[in-house]
Amino acid sequence: MNNLQKNRFIDQVFKILGILFTMLGIFILGVLIYNILKVGVTRINWDFLTSLPSRRPEKAGIYTAIIGTLDLMLLTIIFAIPVGVGAGIYLEEYAKKSKFSSLLEINISNLAGVPSIIYGLLGLGIFVRFFGLGGSILSGSLTLSLLILPIIIVATREAIKAVPHSLKEASYGLGASKWQTIKNVVLPSSFGGILTGIILSLSRAIGETAPLIVVGAMAYVPFVPHSVFDTFSVLPMQIFSWTTRPQQGFAIAASAAIIILLIITFVMNGIAVYFRNKWQKKLK
Amino acid sequence: MAKEIEITMENIKSTKIDSPEIVDESTQQNASRIETKGVKVWYDDFMAIKGIDMVIKPNTITAFIGPSGCGKSTFLRLFNRMNDYVEGFKMEGKIKIDGDNIYKKKVNVEQLRKEIGMVFQKPNPFPKSIFDNVAYGLQIQGIKDKKLINERVEKALKQADLWEEVKDNLKKSALALSGGQQQRLCIARTLAVQPSILLMDEPTSALDPISTAKIEELIHHLKEEYTIIIVTHNMQQASRISDYTAFFYLGELIEYDKTRKIFTNPEKKQTENYITGRFG
Amino acid sequence: MKIKEKIIELVLKFFASITILTTVGIIVVLLFESIAFFKSVSILDFLTDTQWTPLYSEKHFGILALVSGTFLTAAIAIAVALPIGLTIAIYLNMYAPKSFRKVLKPFLEILAAIPTVVYGFFALTIVTPFLQTIYPDLETFNSLSAGIVMGIMIIPFISSLSEDALHAVPKSLKLASFGMGATRFQTAFKVMVPAASSGIIVSIILAISRAIGETMIVAIAAGQQPQLTLDPTVPVQTITSYIVQVSMGDAPQGSIEYKTIFAAGLTLFLFTFILNSISFYIKKKYQEKYE
Repeated sequence: MNNLQKNRFIDQVFKILGILFTMLGIFILGVLIYNILKVGVTRINWDFLTSLPSRRPEKAGIYTAIIGTLDLMLLTIIFAIPVGVGAGIYLEEYAKKSKFSSLLEINISNLAGVPSIIYGLLGLGIFVRFFGLGGSILSGSLTLSLLILPIIIVATREAIKAVPHSLKEASYGLGASKWQTIKNVVLPSSFGGILTGIILSLSRAIGETAPLIVVGAMAYVPFVPHSVFDTFSVLPMQIFSWTTRPQQGFAIAASAAIIILLIITFVMNGIAVYFRNKWQKKLK
Repeated sequence: MAKEIEITMENIKSTKIDSPEIVDESTQQNASRIETKGVKVWYDDFMAIKGIDMVIKPNTITAFIGPSGCGKSTFLRLFNRMNDYVEGFKMEGKIKIDGDNIYKKKVNVEQLRKEIGMVFQKPNPFPKSIFDNVAYGLQIQGIKDKKLINERVEKALKQADLWEEVKDNLKKSALALSGGQQQRLCIARTLAVQPSILLMDEPTSALDPISTAKIEELIHHLKEEYTIIIVTHNMQQASRISDYTAFFYLGELIEYDKTRKIFTNPEKKQTENYITGRFG
Repeated sequence: MKIKEKIIELVLKFFASITILTTVGIIVVLLFESIAFFKSVSILDFLTDTQWTPLYSEKHFGILALVSGTFLTAAIAIAVALPIGLTIAIYLNMYAPKSFRKVLKPFLEILAAIPTVVYGFFALTIVTPFLQTIYPDLETFNSLSAGIVMGIMIIPFISSLSEDALHAVPKSLKLASFGMGATRFQTAFKVMVPAASSGIIVSIILAISRAIGETMIVAIAAGQQPQLTLDPTVPVQTITSYIVQVSMGDAPQGSIEYKTIFAAGLTLFLFTFILNSISFYIKKKYQEKYE
């Protein structure tokens, strides 16, 4: 084999390796989903969704976990969206090149890389102990809000950056003030991008377990929370607690709960991708 | 290892070109002849080349002229199969280099490109040292003989008229050179693998007049050893340096003749309109 | 009118400042409890002791036992994710048709969107039993299985970000290399990867940072035994899974157990902070290069 043939051979081998590795990722995804479906799908029924957790695996359900997840997400949306979108608007439209704005920028990039469990410790120190909110839904959602803030801010900035400059100038040219321009021109045209970022950040928040464990989410909550100061469980927390038990029945229940969690995650990601495509088409 | 390569190189030479290793008086035979028959090209549904027959003689400089989007660059890139990587590319017809159809299934594209050097519109040196840029083509062929590589690099830099300017700084990054020097480096990089044809796609369009003049002079010297095809938008350039000129319009070869004829007495009205600046 | 505009700007500025307050909050909380911790445990012991047993009657506070578990699992994860992720990135950039890349990239990114608790379950109930069929001495909780699954999770970090970096390399360099007769493989490794090296390094650093901060996979599948070991077949404990273990129990505020999780958290924060800062610095430099 001469050198040219050898080079071609290596090239082909690497191509096949590339295809194999790419397929491997998808294959593993398939194995994961298949195994979980195989174990858990028969366990899913109306009772499973509407039963309280139980020490007997065949009777246990995810009702409190689902309600906990919904409550937590609702509060997180209320806290994180205005702050995250507002901060994004500030950075993109108001902040001038200054020490403060570059500090903000470095800081946000760093926050995005802080492990989620550290946010848990922050929530434990500030919300749970310092403000005395305890291991409540309020503490949990405030903690998650801080966790997803960087994602929303970055998405908002990207979306605003994509708004054509000419549109803004047209608005200023008609005598609109800065805020009027943002409200009437910038936000409507960047809405799709911002929405995509928000949905993706929520899909991340829904799957988070570690920070909520630290903040004090419960593995076993036998009642539905009535106020934001009540203790709570969430879906991933329920899965974690079932995973750590030895009985096979809990492994089945965990698989069933994972199916529900994956459906929620995939649907949210799907919606986000849909909005992104639609919005990108509109921009063009 | 070195021996094996030596043999390989010889094989390539003997199959591709009927010429001795060393170029002296017999340079006339070293360069290659190109022949195209019924060449058509599509990008998806768009027909970019609409059937071109053409013969390009060895040791000549041929200029491709025509307005933007007329297919001249596409046509040029057929000769070293650079269009293969363009999505939606389809081709029909034959292109023969020294009698061999380069679009046959069995053709080794890498070997073909070693024989047919290309210089691009913008200088595109690799982010490596000057030396490594010129040695790149040799290294990818698996040549490890340091002495041979040194010799070839020096020779190529001399051919490209760059040696005197960089000989003390061969380890310096190529990106530190001026635009004109970078383009000559790219030419040297191409010459180092000893091709028989040089394709130049608007090689001076990104350069200042002084660098342009240097490169034109260089091209003129290179004609002795290579068949050169140059795509250019610059009419003066075409008339200054080329022996033959081909005028393309909307994917067709409108007129192809001696440069002097094209610029003084073109057969076709379209050609005349273009070179006198009435459109384009 | 003017006042309203001014108020809006101030409110937005306050929102942006919350991110700074978050960082300050993290540092203050971690330092505050850690200082209290180091009043009862000497820093020297913390850094040099090789045992970590705050929950036993005979207490040792050697963070190395947790750090070793953290880096062992992260190293296994990177050993899986780096070759696979980089190969995928190069394949997508140099070989795959454009339409292919458009479909495959988001598909691979699903791997990063799956909640980590699901991966933990996958590691414990599927990967470990599978590995035990090959190597029967593998314990039920081990760093190998957790590390491999973590590696699968971070493949898209490396493949997507590295592909972005390769994509940002001027196309003319790729064409120049092809034009010289280089194969795609040669072009990839001699031209593209060196030219995109800063972006690729950033992706690797972020992946490492992600791996050492990952919690649920190790908490479920790697065990709860802090030990200074490089053996991937035995249970280990990472910084993160220790924090989970204490949080799942009920350590009263003010107790030494409660304080340990902040000292451990501070250690983790420092590691990720250094990694993130390096990657931010490289990214800034690299952006300037192409602009």
